[in-house]
Parts: sequence; C-alpha cells; structure tokens
Amino acid sequence: MAADQGVTQGVSRRIRLAFLLVPPLAWLVVAYLGSLGVLLLSAFWSTDEFTGAVVRTYTSDNIVRVLTDAVFRTATLRTIGIALSVTVICIVLAVPLALYMAKVASPRVRLALVVAVTTPLWASYLVKAYAWRMLLSPEGPLHWAAGYTPGYGLIATVLTLAYLWLPYMVIPVFAAFERVPNALIDASSDLGAADTTTLRTIVAPLVFPGIAAGSIFTFSLSMGDYIAVTIVGGKTQMLGNIIYGQLVTANNQPLAAALSLIPLTAIVLYLLAMRRTGALENV
Amino acid sequence: MLSTSMRRLVRTWTLFVLVFLYAPLLLVVLNAFNSSKTFAFPPTGFTLKWWADAWSSTGMWRSLGNSVIVGLCATAIALALGTLAAFAVQRYSFFGRQTISFLVVLPITLPGIVTGIALNATFTSALGITLGLATVIIGHATFCIVIVFNNTQARLRRLGVGLEDASADLGASTWQTFRYVTFPMMRGALLAGAILAFALSFDEIVVTTFTAGPTVQTLPIWIFGNLFRPNQAPVINVVAATLTLVAVIPVWLAQRFGGDPAATRV
Repeated sequence: MAADQGVTQGVSRRIRLAFLLVPPLAWLVVAYLGSLGVLLLSAFWSTDEFTGAVVRTYTSDNIVRVLTDAVFRTATLRTIGIALSVTVICIVLAVPLALYMAKVASPRVRLALVVAVTTPLWASYLVKAYAWRMLLSPEGPLHWAAGYTPGYGLIATVLTLAYLWLPYMVIPVFAAFERVPNALIDASSDLGAADTTTLRTIVAPLVFPGIAAGSIFTFSLSMGDYIAVTIVGGKTQMLGNIIYGQLVTANNQPLAAALSLIPLTAIVLYLLAMRRTGALENV
Repeated sequence: MLSTSMRRLVRTWTLFVLVFLYAPLLLVVLNAFNSSKTFAFPPTGFTLKWWADAWSSTGMWRSLGNSVIVGLCATAIALALGTLAAFAVQRYSFFGRQTISFLVVLPITLPGIVTGIALNATFTSALGITLGLATVIIGHATFCIVIVFNNTQARLRRLGVGLEDASADLGASTWQTFRYVTFPMMRGALLAGAILAFALSFDEIVVTTFTAGPTVQTLPIWIFGNLFRPNQAPVINVVAATLTLVAVIPVWLAQRFGGDPAATRV
C-alpha cells in the first residue's frame, strides 16, 4: 500500500488529511452512527397513551415486551427460518454456477457471465418482486408451464428473496473459486481422485470463506425485508412487517425501535460467527 | 482438470440459473403489452394502450420528478464525501484507517429497515424535524457514499502514486497535482461512481419509506402504493417494463467510464 510516501510531510500533511477526513467522518458519525445511537436510546422511551407523542423517559417496557410477546417470538423465528432457507437456496444455485464461471468457461464467456449475473442487481427491486407476483399468480405463467404454483405465501417469499439476493452470493463465491489454483485441481485428479473427491477435499475448504461472505448478504438482507413479503407473501408476516406496523399503523416509534434491535442483533451475531471463518476479508 | 461429465453438469446448471435470473424480467416486459389486465398466462392479445395510459399518469410523473431530485442531491453529497474518504484511505496512512472503510460500508451492510427506523427516530422523536424530500436526501446520501468510495478507491489504488510524486518533484503544488494530474486520471471513476450511486438511490424504497413521511412520494413509493390496485395494474406493468429495460443503462455507462458495477455493491 503506497500510503504516506514523500509527497506531503508533517503539519501540512495533517491539515490536508483532516480536510479529507472530517467531512465524510462527520456525516457518517453524526447522521449514521448518531441515528443508530438514537435508535438504541429510543427503544427505552415510551409513548403517551392519550396523545401518542413520544415520551423521553427511561423504561424497559418495550424491551421486555419484545422478549416475551409470543407474536414477536413467532415472527422472529419465522424470519430467521426464511433468512436461513434463502441463504441455503442461494448457495445451492450459486456454487455450481460459480464453479462453471471460474474453472470451465472461457475468459470471454466468464466476463459475459459476470455481467449477466450482476446486471439484474441494478434492475428495480420492486419490479423484481412484482415479477414473482406475476409468475406465481394462480393462473400465471408458472401454472401454465408446470401445472403447479405455490401461490402467495411462505414458499413464494423464500423464492422471491432468493431470486433478489442471488447475485450477492454468486460474486464472492466466484471470486473464491477464481483464487483456487488450477494446479491443485489437476494434481488431485492426476493422483486419481474423482471429481467429487477433489471438490470436497481440495476445493470446498478454499471456497468456504467466499460462501460465508455471500451468506452475510443473503442472511442480513432477508432479515430486514418486508417489501417482498408484502408483495408475494400473502398473509405471511416477517419481522419487518411488524416493525413497520408498529411505526406507521400503531404510531409507536419506541416499540418499533426496540423490535428493530432483533434483526440488528441477529446480524451482528451472524457477522461475529462468520468472522471466525475469515469471510470478512472476502467481502 | 475436471471430468467432461462434471463440466457438462455445471454448464447445464449455469443455463438453468440464467433462465431463473432472466425469465421473470422477460415476463415483466412481456406483460406491459398484454391486453388483459390480469396475470393470466398466456397473454390474450397485444396492445400499446397501457403505454398511453402510463404516459398521462400525473402521479407517476410527479413521483419520478421527486426521485430525480433526490437522486441528484444524494449523488452530489455522496460524490463529495465518498471521494474525500477514498483519498484519505488510499493516500494517507493513519490510525483507524480500517475503521473508516468499515464505517462507509456499514450503511449498505445493515438492512434498510434498521437504517430507516434509526433515521426516522432521529428526525421525528429526537430532532422534531418534519419529514420531506430533505430527510430522504440525507438518508440516501448516507448509503450512496460507499458506491462512490468503492469506485474511487479502486481507481486510486490502480493508479498508484508514481505520477503524483513526479508532479510534486517537478515543483507542482498539491492543488496543481490534483487539478492537472490526479483528477483527469480519475474522472471516469468519479462519473461511474456517480451514475451507480444515482441508480441505487433511484431504486431505494425501504429507507425512503421511513424518511419520506406521508406527503412525499418517490417513484418506488408510488409504484408500491399502486401495486395492489387492480385498475392501476396495466400502468404499473408499463412502468415496471420501462425500469427493467433502462436498468442496463447505468451498468453500461459505468462500465464505459471504467467503473466496476460488478464489485461496487457486493
């Protein structure tokens, strides 16, 4: 890293660094970390029963309610279940694709595939969820083609979320496959190992951090989602729906804040678990 | 070398995933020309009527205008802040450099609902600000910084400091070096970052929902509000098809200007 080489020195260098650093730091610390701080704090506030206004006195009622209410617990478990299912589906879809991209395809095809996989990422999120609403509708294309559709509900939610986040899994897994030296694979097969053995014992351990890195995106993006489930989920409620309902319908900002600590905690725990796999260096 | 059967297997799988990725998008485009208002398949007839209806939808144009304003303002802020942060991280070494990178990435790593609720709590409960376009812009700028940061940082790393050192050795001031050496070499990356940041802002719905309040609608908010109204479905189909078709534009432009749309968000 060519960081502090000779161009600038001493005090003027520090002033210049401050000029570069202070504006973005101030924005991120004040607007973002500050807001996260307020979020944490407001989880301990309450609302006035008559006016609905936020009362800024300390109470642990919201946290207690979030931890004990059966409705919230069910929604939390359902959301975690959905997030894990989405992650597994994305892994299953992405790993063979990434293997093809990195180790089988010609350089031109590889480049085309990278573009093909990442372009849908820039297509509208809403439109993509809406596309699945069309696809899965009772008399829609899937029913026409396969004679079956799961309809709107839990399965539709998992499928749609897996569709939305798949590129986030493909790219880090592809990068991990690309880093596996071809010589290792050749050596393994020259020594008589079957493909399955090579993939399991040689390639899998090297690719695992990439999968873990991708799973951070698929898991955390699913944990916070409430739009896709509203569009294709039928009556299915995820944590996001409940948080949204508390804020907008029930006008209870402190309870919404307390509830949003659940996905936040789940994601932080997931990140910590993944850090042990070395995945964070792959993001 | 993998065996032929394994290669064939993963190739077939790749085709399957590509169909999975693109069939829904194709369907959206197709449905904009479907004369039936329902999702029933196959379509019953071809029509351009819905395109005329969408063209005359005032709600669509108003929300589109809002989206453009928010996108431009958020991009401008993100461009300034992201570039400054990228320069600091790439051209200086200081205590806590890793933390800066982490802090910049955090807003798109955490789910939108957490960012949205946090900003909402700050604006309404803590500061007592009325939600409107300005609060949306602040929210969008926060998660757009990383897009500019990633593009600029990648370019700075690739450029190295050789030419900048040469410029300084030949007596140029820091400003002259930036103006005549560094800036011209990274204009493309800045442009690519700005385009992609605008695209991200243009599509965002969750943070927008929590920072816009009930009166301001961006295009995604307008679409979401009309998604479940059967008589609006044809207009929504047309808007959805248009958005799908224009989605390639930012990717194509950014790639032309030497950005990396593939690695920017992942």
